[in-house]
Amino acid sequence: MISLTDVGKTFGHTRLFGASTEFAAVTDVSLSVARGKTLGIVGESGSGKSTLLRIILGLIPPTSGSIVIDGQDIVNLRRRDEKAFRRKVQPIFQNPASSFNPRQSIGAILKAPLEVHGIGTRQSRRDRVSEMLERVGLPAEYAARHPHQLSGGQKQRVAIARAVILKPAVVLADEPTSALDVSVQAQVLDLFRETREAMGLTSIFVSHNLAVIRQVSDTVAVMRLGRIVEMGSVDAIFANPQHDYTRALIDAVPDPAAIMAQA
Amino acid sequence: MTESRQHALQDRIPTLRIRDLSIEFARRRGDALKVVDRVSIDIWPREIVGIIGESGSGKTLTSLATLRMLPKRAVIAKGTMHLGETSLHDRSEREMRALRGDRIALIPQDAMQSLNPTMRIGRQVGEPLELHSGYSVSSALEAAGKLLGSVHIREPEKRVLEYPHQYSGGMQQRAMIAMGLALNPQLIIADEPTTALDVTVQAQVLKLLREIRDQKGASILFITHDLGVVAELCDWVYVMRNGEIVEDGAVRQIFTAPRAEYTRMLLDATPSIHTTPAVAR
Repeated sequence: MISLTDVGKTFGHTRLFGASTEFAAVTDVSLSVARGKTLGIVGESGSGKSTLLRIILGLIPPTSGSIVIDGQDIVNLRRRDEKAFRRKVQPIFQNPASSFNPRQSIGAILKAPLEVHGIGTRQSRRDRVSEMLERVGLPAEYAARHPHQLSGGQKQRVAIARAVILKPAVVLADEPTSALDVSVQAQVLDLFRETREAMGLTSIFVSHNLAVIRQVSDTVAVMRLGRIVEMGSVDAIFANPQHDYTRALIDAVPDPAAIMAQA
Repeated sequence: MTESRQHALQDRIPTLRIRDLSIEFARRRGDALKVVDRVSIDIWPREIVGIIGESGSGKTLTSLATLRMLPKRAVIAKGTMHLGETSLHDRSEREMRALRGDRIALIPQDAMQSLNPTMRIGRQVGEPLELHSGYSVSSALEAAGKLLGSVHIREPEKRVLEYPHQYSGGMQQRAMIAMGLALNPQLIIADEPTTALDVTVQAQVLKLLREIRDQKGASILFITHDLGVVAELCDWVYVMRNGEIVEDGAVRQIFTAPRAEYTRMLLDATPSIHTTPAVAR
C-alpha cells in the first residue's frame, strides 16, 4: 500500500560568500506498509522521523528516492492528481490546538474537507459531521463549540474525526498523543485502533514513546540520525532487538512493570 | 512501615513537612476556586519522594507553595509548611529569598527557558555563590567549573565559558541541576525535569539525581506525570488528583497493591513496553 525506496532529504543552505553546508535529515530510507497494517516509526529528537512523515504526506519534496502510495508515484504527482491524493492520505498532528482555526466551530472544521472536495449537499455534510462526532465519542452538539471549549483529548478526537471524514485509505499520525495525560492518551489510542479497524486504514504512527509504539504497531522501524537502524515485527523488535541502539533505547525506558515483577 | 519511613518512628524531624495545605485562586466573581485541598506531605532526610498526577492535579502548585513562588492570584488559604524546624508559610518575601537556593533549590522543567541566553553558563551556575556566599566573580566561575564536573559535563573548565545555545538539552538540564547544587541545599524540588528530554538522556539525568542523594545527602521532591520515572527513582510516592492526595505509600506498594481506584486506573492506562494490547485483549 505504501512503499518507499531509498528516500533521502538533504537540507542545505549557502552561507554568505559561497561556502555551502548540507545536512542529511533522512538517508536511504526504504520501507513498505501492507494494506490495513500500521507501521510505527520510533526515534529520539533529531532522528528524522517527523521529516520522513512530512515527505510521505507530500509536504516536503524528497531529494532522492521514490514513494508509491496505492500504486501512485507521489513524488512526481501531477497537479490534477494532487487533490485525489490528498483525499486518500490524511494527517493527524501532535498539537490539535495549533492545527485548528480557533475562530471556526468544530462543525466548520470537520465540514471543511468535504467542502474542499465538493462532497455531498449542505444537509448531507451536516449529517456526516454528526455521524463522525458520534463515531469518535463526542455528542453531536459539539459541532457548535469552538476549539478552546474542548479539552486536549476531545480536540484530538476531533482531529481523528477530521482525518477520517473523507474516508481516506491512509492515515499518517505524528505524535498524536504526546501532549495528553496518560488516562486520556489511553482513550485516544483505543479510538485510533478502533477507527483503524472499522475503516480498514493503513497507517504510519510516529512517536518517541516506545510503549505507545508497542501498543499501536504491527511493524516497527527504529530511526536514528536519519536512517532506519532496525525494522521488524513489533514482537521481534521488542522481544529480540538486534541493533545496539534499539537495545539501548528499550533499556532506557523506565517501566513500572519491572518494579511490579520484583515483588 | 517500610525501611524508607523508619525515621518517622524515631521522632526525628522531616526535611519537609506540609500539613493541611490548601491553595485557592481568587476569582472576579463568586467564591475562590480551591485548587489544592488539605494536602499533607512528609519528606525525610535522604529520601526521594514523588508526587504523581495528571495535568490540573495541583502537583506543581503544591511544590511552588513550598518555595512561596505561587502565581499572583493563588493564595495559601490554610496549612503549614516546615523545612526542618524553619516555618515556610509565614516567612516574608525577603526571608524566603535567603532560603531559596540556599536550603531549597528548584530544578524546573524547561532548562532552556530558565537559562539566560545572553550569559555564559559558568556565570549563571556560579551566581548563587556570588549572591548568597559572597564569592568573587573569578572564584564563583572556578566553583562553577567544579559543579559542572560533578554533573558529568566533560571539560568543564572550557564549558563554563560557553552560552546555553551551545549546550544540548540534556546538558542544559544538567547545568540547571549544577546551579541547584551550588549551595548544597537540603531539599531539591524537581518539577518534571526530564519531560522534555529523550529517553536515553532522561536515564542519565535520573541516575545523576540518585547520585546526588547518595553523595550529598539531599532530599528530593520529584514532580512528574510519568509512572515509569517514579518506579525508577522514588522511595515514596504521593498520588494527586483534583487537588487532593488520593493515596501515598512506598513505591513498591503503590505499584503492586494500589489502594485507590484512581491509582489503579493510572497504572492500567500507562502503556508498557513489555506487552501488546492485542495479546492482552
